[in-house]
Amino acid sequence: MTDLVEPRPVSTEVDEKDLPPLRPPSADNGLAGVLRRRYLLKLLVRREVISRYQGSLLGLMWSYINPLSQFFIYYFIMGTIFRLHEGIPNFAIHIFSAIVIVHFFAETFGAGTRSIVSNRALVVKMAMPREMFPVATMLVSLYHVGPQLVILLVATTISGWTPDLYGMACLVVAILMIMILGTGLALLFSAANVFFRDVGSSIAIINNVIRFGVPMIYSYEMVATRFGRFEHYYLWNPIADAVLLFQRAFWTGSTDRPTVMPDNLLLWGIGMVGVSLVVLAIGQLVFSRLENKIPERL
Amino acid sequence: MAESIRVEHATKSFTKRYQRTIKQVTVAKLRGHKTIETFNAIDDVSFSVQQGESIGLMGLNGSGKSTLLKMINGVMRPDQGTILTRGRIAGLIATGAGFHKQLSGRENLILNAAILGMSEKETMRKFDSIVDFAGLEDKLDTQVGHYSSGQNARLGFAIAIHVDSDIFLADEVLAVGDKPFKKKCLQRMEEVRDSGRTLFYVSHAAGSVRRMCNRVLVLRDGKLVFDGDVDAGIKFLNYDDEPENVEDRDAEEELGADI
Ligand SMILES: Nc1ncnc2c1ncn2[C@@H]1O[C@H](COP(=O)(O)OP(=O)(O)O)[C@@H](O)[C@H]1O
Ligand SMILES: [Mg+2]
Repeated sequence: MTDLVEPRPVSTEVDEKDLPPLRPPSADNGLAGVLRRRYLLKLLVRREVISRYQGSLLGLMWSYINPLSQFFIYYFIMGTIFRLHEGIPNFAIHIFSAIVIVHFFAETFGAGTRSIVSNRALVVKMAMPREMFPVATMLVSLYHVGPQLVILLVATTISGWTPDLYGMACLVVAILMIMILGTGLALLFSAANVFFRDVGSSIAIINNVIRFGVPMIYSYEMVATRFGRFEHYYLWNPIADAVLLFQRAFWTGSTDRPTVMPDNLLLWGIGMVGVSLVVLAIGQLVFSRLENKIPERL
Repeated sequence: MAESIRVEHATKSFTKRYQRTIKQVTVAKLRGHKTIETFNAIDDVSFSVQQGESIGLMGLNGSGKSTLLKMINGVMRPDQGTILTRGRIAGLIATGAGFHKQLSGRENLILNAAILGMSEKETMRKFDSIVDFAGLEDKLDTQVGHYSSGQNARLGFAIAIHVDSDIFLADEVLAVGDKPFKKKCLQRMEEVRDSGRTLFYVSHAAGSVRRMCNRVLVLRDGKLVFDGDVDAGIKFLNYDDEPENVEDRDAEEELGADI
């Protein structure tokens, strides 16, 4: 019982220079504060992994059922009705590699946007860097990417995939890009969602639009031939780049038929990581501006 | 002597009413109502606290006590002015701690301790002692949503008091606890005070303030209207002359009427 209140020198005797400095109590916030408090981050991630599907029969399986059901819908409906099986070699892998990375983005963005409101109980009472919540949701989504990658690896290996160094670099850049971009957007939107809950509701629409703005059910070849010299505007969409990078990593190596990929794809990817960093910086800036009003509005 | 808390011209304003939908805003505009009305919950408050002081913060409901504590522990930032603090801060604000209703007491304990800055080792070391203090051994795996408000406060207080903080904030913690628990809390807070840590204690019970504190601050409508000696502060609030019977009063003051 008595080990709690450890004996300390009585205050009148302490020298000011031996003490921690006087500073604003919320000084430790921001993404830097999140990185400094990794134990807390670990706890939040673990809790979220456990509780995301708490009380559901299939539990974590839902993380795979969602992308898989999407996969089958696109594969059969789009592939059969629009005859894309013929136009795009190894159409299944073309779709699935896109779904994995798009799903990662959609989860990070969607759950991240809701994260502040759904952690209301902690946000209004406890002092901590609130960036913790969007970052934790991103890491949870990243955690779910793992097994999907395994499914993808098995599927590509069966269809005779040969991995290459350039492709693996593409994979890393794509994941990095979505981690940064997703966190940046989640910061921006999670703070906005506190003031207008409409923001949270509009995420579903945005995520839907994104599905069609990336080469998932159509190929980049179609974009290149139909857009002509405007082709590179398409590449200004970072999610499209991430999808292409993923397809370069898994899909192009899994077929012997010729595949069309943009020139300098990896460079585009690295450039978009830079753009994502800018988005993250803006997200952080806006978040810390709005943060002041967040606890009282919840 | 070292300064522990410095508050300079702190002001915090809240919005009284929000029109959230476009329809509501339009209707209010057409009727000539203001769409946003603000007021200062904390209004140009300045004071300084030396380390080791124990402050009784008093005032009527809605006078801004919890808001002031929220700014001191960093949950909120002042709109104007500055607040500086030294060292780790722990405590309980507005009766309950920040708990997740769906999580069990055990999970909430670990999470809450981490938020307050305890390391994994420290939490494990103090775990039994916290549970013991809260007296919730058999409820540990029940989800916190099913706790009574008293049990909720017990767990929150038990965690907060186990943090090696330099500043301890106690906001009406004793309002919902039962008598034995109040006694235990007061005793523990006295230990905190005697160990030279800064104590900030919000209470309406004159007796416990008298017992715990060596200085009183009084807020009224967000303004600091009294800063000084404990007895003078209690007299300032006229809390003294309520209970008629002197013997009754002594018992009442110590623990009771802490609403
Ligand atoms: N989030 C909020 N939005 C608007 N008004 C608030 C908010 N929080 C507190 N208030 C108001 O600020 C005033 C001070 O509240 P509080 O600090 O909780 O008072 P106390 O703790 O002294 O009873 C009250 O009038 C209360 O209604
Ligand atoms: Mg209060």
